[in-house]
Amino acid sequence: MSGDLYSDLGISVGDLVRIRRGSSEIEGVVMPKHAFSDPDIVVLKLRNGYNIGVRVDSSSRIEVVRRSAVKPASTGASAQVSPSPRPDLPKIMVIGTGGTIASKVEYETGAVKPAMSAGELMELIPEISEIASIEVESVYNILSENMRPEYWEVIAERIYRYMIDDSYSGVVVTHGTDTMGYTASAIAFAIRDMPKPVVFVGSQRSSDRPSTDAALNFISALITASQAPFAESVVAMHAETSDREIAVHRGVKVRKMHTSRRDTFQSINASPLAYVDPVSRRIRVVSERFMPRDSGRSPSLANRFDRRVALLYSYPGFDPELIDFLVDKGYRGIVIAGTGFGHVPEYAVASLKRASESGVLVAVASQTLFGAVNLRVYTTGREMLKAGVIPCGDMLPETAYVKLSWALGNSRDLDEARGLMVRDIAFEFEPRIIDSYYPRWS
Amino acid sequence: MGMDEKLDYREIGLTVGLEIHQQLDTRAKLFCNCPTRLASSIEGAPTIYRRLRAGKSELGEVDPAALFEYMRGRLFEYIAPRDSVCLVELDEEPPHDLNREAVAIALAVALALGAEPVDEIHVMRKIVVDGSNTSGFQRTAIVALGGSVDDDEGSVGIRTITLEEDSARKVRESDGVVTYCLDRLGIPLIEISTAPDIHSPEQAERVAQRIGLIMRLTGRVKRGLGTIRQDLNISIRGGAKIEVKGVQRLDLISRVVALEALRQYRLLKLRDELASRGIDRDSISIDDLVDVTELFRDSKVRFIKRVIDRGGVVMALPLRGFKGLLGWSVGGGRRFGSELADYARQWGGVGGLIHSDELPNYGIDSSMVDQIYRFLDLDPGSDAFILISDQRDRVLKAFRAVVERIRAAFDGVPEETRVAADDGTTRYMRPQPGAARMYPETDIPPVRVDSGLLEEARKLVPEPFEVKFERFVRDHGLSRDLAKQLIRSHYLPLYEDLVSRFSGRIDPQLIAVTLINTLKALRSEGVDVSRISEETLTEVFDAYSRGLFSKEAIPDVLRGLAQSPGESVESIVERLGLGRLSMEDLERIVSEVLRSEERIVRERGERAFSAIMGRVMARVRGRVDGRVVSQVVRRMLSEFLSGS
Repeated sequence: MSGDLYSDLGISVGDLVRIRRGSSEIEGVVMPKHAFSDPDIVVLKLRNGYNIGVRVDSSSRIEVVRRSAVKPASTGASAQVSPSPRPDLPKIMVIGTGGTIASKVEYETGAVKPAMSAGELMELIPEISEIASIEVESVYNILSENMRPEYWEVIAERIYRYMIDDSYSGVVVTHGTDTMGYTASAIAFAIRDMPKPVVFVGSQRSSDRPSTDAALNFISALITASQAPFAESVVAMHAETSDREIAVHRGVKVRKMHTSRRDTFQSINASPLAYVDPVSRRIRVVSERFMPRDSGRSPSLANRFDRRVALLYSYPGFDPELIDFLVDKGYRGIVIAGTGFGHVPEYAVASLKRASESGVLVAVASQTLFGAVNLRVYTTGREMLKAGVIPCGDMLPETAYVKLSWALGNSRDLDEARGLMVRDIAFEFEPRIIDSYYPRWS
Repeated sequence: MGMDEKLDYREIGLTVGLEIHQQLDTRAKLFCNCPTRLASSIEGAPTIYRRLRAGKSELGEVDPAALFEYMRGRLFEYIAPRDSVCLVELDEEPPHDLNREAVAIALAVALALGAEPVDEIHVMRKIVVDGSNTSGFQRTAIVALGGSVDDDEGSVGIRTITLEEDSARKVRESDGVVTYCLDRLGIPLIEISTAPDIHSPEQAERVAQRIGLIMRLTGRVKRGLGTIRQDLNISIRGGAKIEVKGVQRLDLISRVVALEALRQYRLLKLRDELASRGIDRDSISIDDLVDVTELFRDSKVRFIKRVIDRGGVVMALPLRGFKGLLGWSVGGGRRFGSELADYARQWGGVGGLIHSDELPNYGIDSSMVDQIYRFLDLDPGSDAFILISDQRDRVLKAFRAVVERIRAAFDGVPEETRVAADDGTTRYMRPQPGAARMYPETDIPPVRVDSGLLEEARKLVPEPFEVKFERFVRDHGLSRDLAKQLIRSHYLPLYEDLVSRFSGRIDPQLIAVTLINTLKALRSEGVDVSRISEETLTEVFDAYSRGLFSKEAIPDVLRGLAQSPGESVESIVERLGLGRLSMEDLERIVSEVLRSEERIVRERGERAFSAIMGRVMARVRGRVDGRVVSQVVRRMLSEFLSGS
């Protein structure tokens, strides 16, 4: 982590050094440089625990009092079973993909490291041992902005393994929050007829902080995975800024709606499926429309995702050549997040028509997020329909993107893919949008 | 014995270090754009609920203070008034960059104290899980190291000058729910930590006052109750470093230090007494607890009866050989038993405890006491016991802490964080935090202390005391003695403020004499001048400058204000008849006096002046300047003599 300065000075992180410049003398342990620290600064941890930045120049004299005794911490990430399995508790598989939910701080250096062994998780969240017997498998350790459709394929295959193994009551997937909604959607489409739930969980405050939301979210994910009466791909995160209830959202209807709040995940055009009280450890189901848990059901796996799918945002000044470019580049699907009812500028309709004629599926969702697409109200919409676009109803643009990638990846031809797009596969279409599915700001 | 015991502080090796926290008067909070004023009302403000978890350090240790709070499993309720709280205080948005205005003020204080600014400021997270910070840590950064404060008993070193965010203010606590208001969270604070160079209670108070004064002289710190708070680190030789939190009043510092020195002294004596009685530490055991609920089931002790009726229990801890030790005075009217009761309350959440050295009392009569002694198989002549009544799990938690505390008494003074009460006594609050609670705040980029920042800071550095002194003598015409007293007075910033505010209208000498001599005289008269706020003093001078009363009336006005705080200056002047006389009224009084004293005037002529002057002054003193009276008397006397 240290920049060139440290090696030039012959010091390394963890060394106890004394720096003299002019009449001042400071002793401390060398710390890693902050990314925005100036180039001539050595970061020292003083005896009182504080860090300060000390400027060094040609007149500075540095003496190493004691070399570092800190060994680089290992980042072991492999399958582990909880230290003392409790056969009386439901068995839950925890699949790790990364994110800040399970991380711990290294006090010597301040670095945040992933903690993904079952033992480490239980050390962070001791309550786990009262709720479930967990096993942990770390598949990836990535920040979720780096998630890819090919990773969805691997994650889906892993989850499927535990779906067909009756000894597990459910699956929990830890995931970064940025694209958790995309992955939860991908799994909803890739594994159909699930016998038990798969619960995605993350955190908005990393688990190294006392105010972390990770513990309550994780506890609630375990409760959902082991007790929920439904068998779907869902997201369990804070329902409100308070540490009270955790909402369980349907993966295909959930969206990250805030950069930093704990309750960033909201169901759009739908209500959450359930709420969990992590203190009483009870789940309160609020929806009647779901795929019920059924250990006798056999799931099927269709986990191909076509990478040649793009998501475009329409806006004043939108250049239709962007569509042409994707068509010429060999893309097989385009999702448009249109304005209002799903519109693109009228002058762009010709490019949509060309795309359809070239065998590219064009699906349309709305950038308003709330409400359903309707391409029959205005002329432009009707022309878009004539150009062959597929309206996606009240589906989120992101869900439409994932679904189109999945539909193209798992169909023999365009007609089959088109058919999948308009069929309700995983409750991604809400039949009745009621008044309460819309936030009010006060 | 007791609190009047006079200790030789040098001999017992008293050592005190101060941590002075002062709120800054910045436009915005330290890490967000919310204003730095408290909400005018918390009525109807949104409320949220949170829990905090104790973080484990890399070494697998949990900070003892953090563990203590976590064990209590409390729920935190936060009131978030919208005009002074945003998502940052709610821990729902990352902190913004460090407020440069606050950095400049902190650097100015550092320069005034001769401290050396660091080259780059790094913000740290200090774990605090008592709920006073929504994040579970306080953000804090060292801005300077070193420096010193002069004092008659020797110079006191400064260790660190840090800039940190103020915590949320506690509103109430009940049934495991602690309620805080978030308006104060994030207001910038300077913390100045001195070296343990202080060796007497009086020195502690003087040094605290001196540091407070230097900060106030920047003109950029907040004023009023709660804007400055002192933590004290106190130890005596053979004792322990005790952290006393939250001393809000300067004039309480010397008392807190004296009482804590006495407490440690008495605890060391208790240790010696335990040794001389030959009591074995291991004989104090939680396994010896006896359930005595049955003894109280039909008793008349109402508060215990109530606990039992609700399914609670009464348990007793027998303490062989402890007769008289639970009532052992630790100073300030407190007993060793009070120390144990603090532990029971803090760890078990019980209301307190009852010990045999205070019985019979609380409705437990002597026959009941005998009965308990018999039941516990103890000797009333040499043994003691402790009773706690509450729900069973609370009683057990409380006794576990009590047993640990009694065992610690065999070693003398346990390290603790204590909190000060208004009478200067302190009580146990929680264990002291360890070193494992500080790690970097990675969300905030470090701040280079560059020439631009130092330039901003230099503009705020107050004028050095020596320069001020010379200026007061030269420009304000103060005597050297008065100037010296002023420099040491906490009224110094007020004096400078008044001089500039009433420049050309009120003589600086009058302001200085009033603030130093007049108030001192009133104090020695027994008038509580601390009841006159600085705002009120400013109003008095304002009224004077508007000619509402003469300068001779100032002591009477101040006395009136001290006796009736809250009453307006105008109303006091009116009520005490101190209003300035009009020229017509003065002339009418003078001519009345001349007529009634006509015989003397005729006899003595111009030499009757002093006699007439005395009679007139007796009627008008305080309502008109003596100088004016003498002019009028002189003029009217000669007119009278010339027969006009």
